[in-house]
Amino acid sequence: MGVRTWIDSWPVYRQLTGTDPLGRGAAAKSGRSERLTPRVASADHVVKSVCPYCAVGCGQNVYVEDGKVTQIEGDPDSPISRGRLCPKGSASLQLTTGDAREHEVLYRRPYGTEWERLDLDTAMDMIADRVVAARRAGWQWEVDEARTRRTLGIASLGGATLDNEENYLIKKLFTALGAIQIENQARV
Amino acid sequence: MAECHPVGFQWVMEAKARGAKVIHVDPRFTRTSALADVHVPLRAGSDIAFLGGIINHVLQNEKYFRDYVVAYTNAPMILREDFRDTEDLDGVFSGLDPDNRRYDNASWQYEGMEVQAASGERDLEYDKRTTGGGSETEAARGEAHGSGGADIGEGEPERDDTLTHPRCVFQVLKRHYARYTPEAVEQICGVPQDLFRQVCELVTDNSGRERTTAFAYAVGWTQHTVGVQYIRAASVLQSLLGNMGRPGGGILALRGHASIQGSTDIPTLFNLLPGYIPMPHAHKGEGLDEFVQGEAARKGYWGNMRTYLVSLLKAYWGDAATAENDFCFDYLPRLTGSHSAYETAMAQLEGVCKGYFVFGENPAVGNANAKLMRLGMANLDWMVVRDFSLIETATWWKDGPEIETGEMRTEDIGTEVFFLPAAAHTEKDGSFTNTQRMLQWHHKAVEPPGQARSDLWFTYHLGRIIREKLAGSTDPMDAPVLDVTWDYPLKGELAEPDAESVLAEINGRAADGSPLSSYEQLQADGSTACGCWIYCGVYADGVNQSARRRPGTEQNWVAGEWAWAWPANRRILYNRASADPDGKPWSERKALVWWDADEGKWVGHDVPDFKPTKAPDYEPPPDATAAEALSGTDPFIMQADGKAWLYVPSGLTDGPLPTHYEPQDSPFDNLLYPQQRNPVRQLLARHPDNRYQPSGTEPGSDVFPYVATTYRLTEHHTAGGMSRWLPYLAELQPEFFCEISPELAAERGLEHTGWATIVSARGVVEARVLVTDRMAPLTVQGRTLHQVGLPYHWGPNGYSTGDAANELLHLSLDPNTHIQEAKAFAVDIRPGRRPRGPASVRLVREYRARAGIDENTGTEP
Repeated sequence: MGVRTWIDSWPVYRQLTGTDPLGRGAAAKSGRSERLTPRVASADHVVKSVCPYCAVGCGQNVYVEDGKVTQIEGDPDSPISRGRLCPKGSASLQLTTGDAREHEVLYRRPYGTEWERLDLDTAMDMIADRVVAARRAGWQWEVDEARTRRTLGIASLGGATLDNEENYLIKKLFTALGAIQIENQARV
Repeated sequence: MAECHPVGFQWVMEAKARGAKVIHVDPRFTRTSALADVHVPLRAGSDIAFLGGIINHVLQNEKYFRDYVVAYTNAPMILREDFRDTEDLDGVFSGLDPDNRRYDNASWQYEGMEVQAASGERDLEYDKRTTGGGSETEAARGEAHGSGGADIGEGEPERDDTLTHPRCVFQVLKRHYARYTPEAVEQICGVPQDLFRQVCELVTDNSGRERTTAFAYAVGWTQHTVGVQYIRAASVLQSLLGNMGRPGGGILALRGHASIQGSTDIPTLFNLLPGYIPMPHAHKGEGLDEFVQGEAARKGYWGNMRTYLVSLLKAYWGDAATAENDFCFDYLPRLTGSHSAYETAMAQLEGVCKGYFVFGENPAVGNANAKLMRLGMANLDWMVVRDFSLIETATWWKDGPEIETGEMRTEDIGTEVFFLPAAAHTEKDGSFTNTQRMLQWHHKAVEPPGQARSDLWFTYHLGRIIREKLAGSTDPMDAPVLDVTWDYPLKGELAEPDAESVLAEINGRAADGSPLSSYEQLQADGSTACGCWIYCGVYADGVNQSARRRPGTEQNWVAGEWAWAWPANRRILYNRASADPDGKPWSERKALVWWDADEGKWVGHDVPDFKPTKAPDYEPPPDATAAEALSGTDPFIMQADGKAWLYVPSGLTDGPLPTHYEPQDSPFDNLLYPQQRNPVRQLLARHPDNRYQPSGTEPGSDVFPYVATTYRLTEHHTAGGMSRWLPYLAELQPEFFCEISPELAAERGLEHTGWATIVSARGVVEARVLVTDRMAPLTVQGRTLHQVGLPYHWGPNGYSTGDAANELLHLSLDPNTHIQEAKAFAVDIRPGRRPRGPASVRLVREYRARAGIDENTGTEP
């Protein structure tokens, strides 16, 4: 460090000689904060997204570095939100990367007292078997002599937090299976 | 709005900065009230009386926008002679069948109209077959008109443009609301007359040719036994004032989930198919033609229902759907009444429903009467819960309230539970539809962790595996599953279905496979396929229009090049009404779209919500049907007469005009009519854990003297599944609390930051006490009323914990929508924590005994 740099690093000197006589900005800045960069600056790329909470639909910029989401901020381009996010939207980094998220399939057998681990493929196969059986057990070709071609054996709840494409496939699959008890948060 | 839609509220503040007056009507003083010009605290559950009072003010003082009302509403239509209003029948309308708790709406029709034979005959047939089930009431048919479209039958209604005929809608309306005086509003709502008159003047002074007023609401209006009629009351008012289809006007539903609008448009709902096509009901010998004849309107865009439905069936069943087999119409399962979320819980309790999927919802604490939901789940063979964290719906068998009270033992519960971790929005491509009907695409940023997968992945692969297991089956039961089109391109190592290919199917394809650009291109002959007709155009030119992100700062105020709104990227619905009958804007400062005679088409700032080349002077030929039958002055193009409805002749189950009824559980008698409650409200099975309370002057009503209401906080989301596990949000709102006034605290010995126990006939919860002036006592019917505020985000799991307010709620539902009455009920509150173990159940039983409650209490029509 040269003498000049050393003197410049002294806040009072900068305050007396620089553009910040009240010592509220540049003069008071430490070397450490000078060298700090926002975590979004080193992101590999920014992905355009939408806040997953309420239905205002605020724009989000998702910052990705080394294959991980490092920050989520409001998208200033959005004519809906103009870059703002509320406390929930601002916390969506914790929602998506927080340690309270489960990453593995869990299974509770009938009358069981604890969770067990289950492989995803095994779980999918077991669920498919149960759908086929419950669908058949609850099947009604007719009710009071009118054709119904349906099952009351299986039901589904949820969709308002999902994508349109997901809702579309759920309704399509369950309708093809003959299930009618398909519902979501719009009802509650 | 500042609490629950804070970023949307910035536009209210922008308007205020430009001179708008902001009125906040809410039992509580919130962040919204703090920023409003006027805060009006009122009794929860009394809004129809309040809005009816404003309607009466508008009619009595001739404050309506007469030119708009005559041209664009059904005010001039003349009603049948046999129609009887609540004025004539002590608070009910003609056609009431009290035994079956339903209305026959034949007498509500316009004079000169004949209900279509097929429709009448069909429903008659249906009623004979269902033994007292009440199909219209229980099947959410009213809600099927989420995009307009109730049929009004054949013929042209008689009208009187002078609005003086005693049986015209305008005069009926005037008589109906005459008793909604400022004095009545004060007595029922607890709103002083001066304050009420101030609101009336602010609203009427700011409506008309030069100015418009907007109403914004959320579930504070929908979650009532008369929820739809709340919204209808606002519709009547806004139509009278000429505030519909115009910039700065409208009735804005502030919806609470990222894609709750999308999951209504592309419904994961029992009573609807995509695009608000009703699910068919079981009727003998009903094919596609009979269904369309029964459901489609003759006039307006719902006249094209066959086109929309055939295109949907082609999207579902592809080549298997042919003209010869009615395009697989028979593959659609049939309804026999209501199969809503609450009936599903009942079906679980009865052992009919054995398997349950829960996608990103938390009914174990988030649904009304949460205990009944858990009891239903405990009676299942198996359930699948897909979420981020171990929400209460996944763990009730281990640590739910019934385990604590000893009502259930884990070892006795046979339900098999699969918990499958879900992918976050950052881990998948897809679109959300926001509260403005705007589809916005979110792009995948990273792969989901571990075994987490998108619901698209789950649903696609579940279908794939089921189809593999059923392959080769000749059982006709399996044909719809094996014939369904299920061939989406898969991407990446996880074999994720391509979400854009699903969006393309939703958008629709022409016979040659090219993407459609407008629902006007759809055909009824099976040559087009379209998964949701109102979304047609979102993939126009093979481009994902929902992913458009031209910055707002580079566009005009409509910002039409940001994302895509249904229908046809129109941002303000029914905007033909922003121009006068001649096609000129009602005023320059409120211009939105207008008729350009030189160009021969509608032009303007927004995409016109009208056929672009239909001139204002267009008169349809007498034999025209569907959209062709709309004249050049029919702006409400989804309606069967092209008009805004001040009065609803068809499509609602509980009356043509909003009428004040008391909530299911209310400390007050209905001051306006002898009829206490909505006579056709939907009561679910008489389960011991779903008891109703005495009301008003009935004996025992005083056991539950306080009105309670539930709501959300800024820092949490719904039943907490996406917020109680986040450290930041848990720190901001760490536990369940109740809000009460200093006066109530003194009356019941409750201490700020201490504990309170809150009891209803269904359950008991404990909450920290927040004593605050924000909950002001009101004077209702001459006595002081205290209200208890209950945010409902909690359950025992996560970082921020507490009892679920939904334990207190009953299942008494709006008969149109099957939505529970969470926003106005009656409770008792006392100091201290609730009892633990079996004593907790005993306390609720003691309360029921003290109030004299049995299975019949509160169930009279």
